[in-house]
Amino acid sequence: MQAVSSLENQNTEWIDVGCLDDIPSLGARVINSAEGDIAIFRTADNEVFALRDRCPHQGGPLSQGIVLGKRVVCPLHDWKIHLDSGEAVAPDKGCAASFPVKLEGERIMLCLIPNEGCPNE
Amino acid sequence: MREKLILVGNGMAGVRTLEEVLKLVPSHYDITVYGEEPYGNYNRIMLSPLLAGDKTIEDIIINDDQWYAYNGIDFQKGKAIVEIDRINHKVISADGESESYDRLLLATGSNPFMIPVPGNDLPGVVGFRDIQNVRQMLKAAGPNKHAVVIGGGLLGLEAANGLMQQGMSVTVVHLLDTLMERQLDAIAAVMLKQSLEKRGLHFLMAAETEAIIGDQRVERVRFKDGTEIYADLVVMAVGISPNISLAQSAGIHCERGIVVSDTLQTYDPRIYAVGECVQHRGITYGLVAPLFEMSKVCANHLACVGISRYEGSVTSSKLKVTGIDLFSVGNFKGDENTEELVFCDEAEGVYRKLIVRDNRIQGAVMYGDTLDGSWYFDLLRDETDISDFRKTILFGQFHLGDSGHGDDNRVAAMPDDAEICGCNGVCKGEIVKAINDEKLFTLDEVRAHTKASSSCGSCTGLVESLLTLTVGGDFSVAPHLKPLCGCTDYTHDEVRGAIAKNELKGIRKIMDFLEWKTSDGCGKCRPALNYYLVCIWPGEYKDDYQSRFINERVHANIQKDGTYSVVPRIWGGETTPAQLKSLAQIAEKYSVPTVHITGGQRIDMLGIKKSVLPKIWGDLSKAGFVSGHAYGKAIRTVKTCVGSEWCRFGTQDSTQLGIDLEKMTWGAWTPHKFKLAVSGCPRNCAEATIKDFGVVAVDSGWELHVGGNGGVKVRVTDLLCHVKSSEDVLEYCAAFLQLYRERAHYLERTAPWVVRVGLSFVKEQMVDSEEGRKALAQRFYYSQKFAQVDPWAERAEGLDEHEFTPLKRVS
Ligand code: SRM
Ligand SMILES: Cc1cc2nc3c(=O)[nH]c(=O)nc-3n(C[C@H](O)[C@H](O)[C@H](O)COP(=O)(O)OP(=O)(O)OC[C@H]3O[C@@H](n4cnc5c(N)ncnc54)[C@H](O)[C@@H]3O)c2cc1C
Ligand code: SF4
Ligand code: FES
Repeated sequence: MQAVSSLENQNTEWIDVGCLDDIPSLGARVINSAEGDIAIFRTADNEVFALRDRCPHQGGPLSQGIVLGKRVVCPLHDWKIHLDSGEAVAPDKGCAASFPVKLEGERIMLCLIPNEGCPNE
Repeated sequence: MREKLILVGNGMAGVRTLEEVLKLVPSHYDITVYGEEPYGNYNRIMLSPLLAGDKTIEDIIINDDQWYAYNGIDFQKGKAIVEIDRINHKVISADGESESYDRLLLATGSNPFMIPVPGNDLPGVVGFRDIQNVRQMLKAAGPNKHAVVIGGGLLGLEAANGLMQQGMSVTVVHLLDTLMERQLDAIAAVMLKQSLEKRGLHFLMAAETEAIIGDQRVERVRFKDGTEIYADLVVMAVGISPNISLAQSAGIHCERGIVVSDTLQTYDPRIYAVGECVQHRGITYGLVAPLFEMSKVCANHLACVGISRYEGSVTSSKLKVTGIDLFSVGNFKGDENTEELVFCDEAEGVYRKLIVRDNRIQGAVMYGDTLDGSWYFDLLRDETDISDFRKTILFGQFHLGDSGHGDDNRVAAMPDDAEICGCNGVCKGEIVKAINDEKLFTLDEVRAHTKASSSCGSCTGLVESLLTLTVGGDFSVAPHLKPLCGCTDYTHDEVRGAIAKNELKGIRKIMDFLEWKTSDGCGKCRPALNYYLVCIWPGEYKDDYQSRFINERVHANIQKDGTYSVVPRIWGGETTPAQLKSLAQIAEKYSVPTVHITGGQRIDMLGIKKSVLPKIWGDLSKAGFVSGHAYGKAIRTVKTCVGSEWCRFGTQDSTQLGIDLEKMTWGAWTPHKFKLAVSGCPRNCAEATIKDFGVVAVDSGWELHVGGNGGVKVRVTDLLCHVKSSEDVLEYCAAFLQLYRERAHYLERTAPWVVRVGLSFVKEQMVDSEEGRKALAQRFYYSQKFAQVDPWAERAEGLDEHEFTPLKRVS
């Protein structure tokens, strides 16, 4: 899995998944993909982040949580997850895979190959 | 260039301060630590279990050598500082070396007080302060040997108990005729003495030491009345004095301790001091919790991020002798202006005394069962008016219902696999392991690491006991008034006041105005602020759904698998065949996996995918149903019984009144969930006396009951009043609800709210004052105009569509 992603990362394929204003500020939307849902978050400063929509604790849907700064609070048992790395905020341990995502103008561009570094994937 | 910080005194307060500094500004300082003792920082409190043989030195080390190395700290182990050169900003150590500082932190602790009698310096006479003392005691210990402990306070008794565990015969000598007079009253002192005697300790009360006699080493102790007793070892445990000699010789202003300001600065602004060596607002402290508070504030200033101030602490104390539970706090002796509430069961060995003035707790002494100590401590600190539960307060907080672990309270005796936190399934062993491995000292830390006591909180007392058992106590001192959350120093009430007074009508506006410490707030304050705005500005404030917890944001309960449940309103719990038929059809149409009759007299459809919610709601809406708000801090259910319509005992039409109440109240947002019930006679089949607002029909009208709940801590309602007509019930209900909405803190259910503000207050506002009641009710009716819009129907028609549809599907 890791080998594949590093290989493909070189010619990252960006997909247009929508426009910034489709996501409420301090909110999230979901992308359905064949490998499972991906949550796209929008912060107060209009940054976007993408994480596998599955909490490292017991799989709660992170897209349904409250967004604070660059963190999201899982709706099931309140774990806090860093939006950039997907890592749980200490002392909790674990991570949700993060995906490359960027803004081109108002358009949100997502890459479906997760970033490396999350052993859960 | 980094600034240079030097710590003198490698003890609990000093190193705690460094830990806090490192957390805030990891690379701001080059740090050097001087410690006279040849050990890393250890938990001094645990010297008693070390002496008793329950712990080893490794067990009690808090920061080992690796910790200093890892944090790049130059640790001068076993080196004392003998001089401070304030002009050249240097400290000079015993071996003559000097080192310069930009900031200096003094944490030199205190010295055991050795009573000035001849022979007090003989070998075999020791204080009880450090590992070295314990080593000396252990060396002298052995079977058939006799120890004399001078001082019957906390320290003396712990030393005596430890030496007895080491096989010595021990006599405790005390100047007064009651033990631990600074923590206990006469009755508790007698109970304590009896149980220690049963374990084999000897006491010599009201005895004044005159001399310690011996040739090469101690042999005997002589008292004023001429009697002498034999001694292989004498332990002096009569008190401590702040260790100020170093500071004093450097010309830093000292009285009993090193005098510091609220920012823990001495009179020399480059020099800070924390711990037992300081005197703050005239007080010196001898317990760790307040010292850790000082550490926090001091670190804040050392890190240059500080605006916080140390304003003093109230402390409580416990004796750490296994099997003896003892707790005391505040003014436990009382005076001419106070009253005593006492509970005493000699056979069970349980004693509790509360000292009360104007219905507020001033102090407490507990012996035998101390689990409620922390509750009394909270009531004392919050200055809670206890008049409404004075009659039962001595039975403790959990004398009714404590679901999850019954009343299995003997923590020490529990096996490691005993479940402590029923909500999160955390066992004793896990908690103890986390406390040891992660070096946890406070309840909050245990909550963060293990999740124990972080949900319903009913096991808080047990977790605190485990902390006491493992590290000697819960070291958190709650500030006097609790801030709303970590993002602000303002309390709930202050924030609310500011919203109304300054006409703040948005979350951002509040955060800017009150200078919130975080950019977006946190999961605690955002929903609270949103609620306060909804409540204060009905019709004006636009609800911020991004600040609501998911359930309220999408108007359904999230389930463990990410699906949702849907609970439509069944007014007053009464339904019809036609309603049931349409529910059945809808459930079949959407293949609802589970249909459940809830504990609240309605029907729950579980396992529904989010994207399907608007469709199912559309169908429910067409069939005449509205949202049941089973997901919200809002009006939940109104349970009823069949009442006079059918029941042979019914005195009033409870069903119809329940329906009317639900029609009036549905849709309102409340600080916590709010449940109602109406029973048709005192047999109370609708369980009205454990509801937030309960109505019981009697022949002459209706009894109104408030502030009850089932759940974690069952609380039976208080009787509010008696009214004649069902119109009255509706008006009183509206007024009570509005009072609760306006006054309670967010997430405070009516039960704790009524306890906090007092039933008398509620009565004053809405029973005694007709004008007050009518005004409250009017405000409630006004706010309902905007609240009674069915959120399901709106969403079925497309509102917030983004919540229910994916942004995109990709392959
Ligand atoms: C569905 C239901 C269980 C059932 O199938 O019977 C239920 C389900 C939940 N209850 Fe309850 N409670 C249900 C009746 C009760 C009752 C009985 C009653 O209302 O008469 C009680 C005790 C009475 C009381 O509240 O005073 C009850 C006491 C609790 C508590 C503890 C409250 C407390 O103050 O201690 C919680 C936890 C909380 O609210 O923080 C809770 C929380 C929950 C939550 C919301 C847990 C959660 O956060 O997910 C559950 C939602 C499940 C869902 O998705 O539907 N539920 N819950 C009942 C719904 C009633 C309804 O029609 O709306
Ligand atoms: C047996 C025992 C039981 C206790 N039980 C409890 C309890 O149950 N609950 C509770 O809250 N508290 C308890 N305490 C009190 C608690 O341990 C102290 O309040 C706490 O340790 C004080 O911390 P400190 O940092 O101020 O001083 P210390 O921990 O004493 O640290 C001061 C350090 O500075 C060193 N030092 C002094 N002068 C110099 C110098 N010139 N140069 C270099 N180093 C120097 C000392 O050697 C010492 O290591 C107990 C204390 C004892 C002794
Ligand atoms: S429905 Fe209530 S009692 Fe049952 S598991 Fe959920 S919260 Fe616990
Ligand atoms: S599943 Fe996310 S916190 Fe439990």
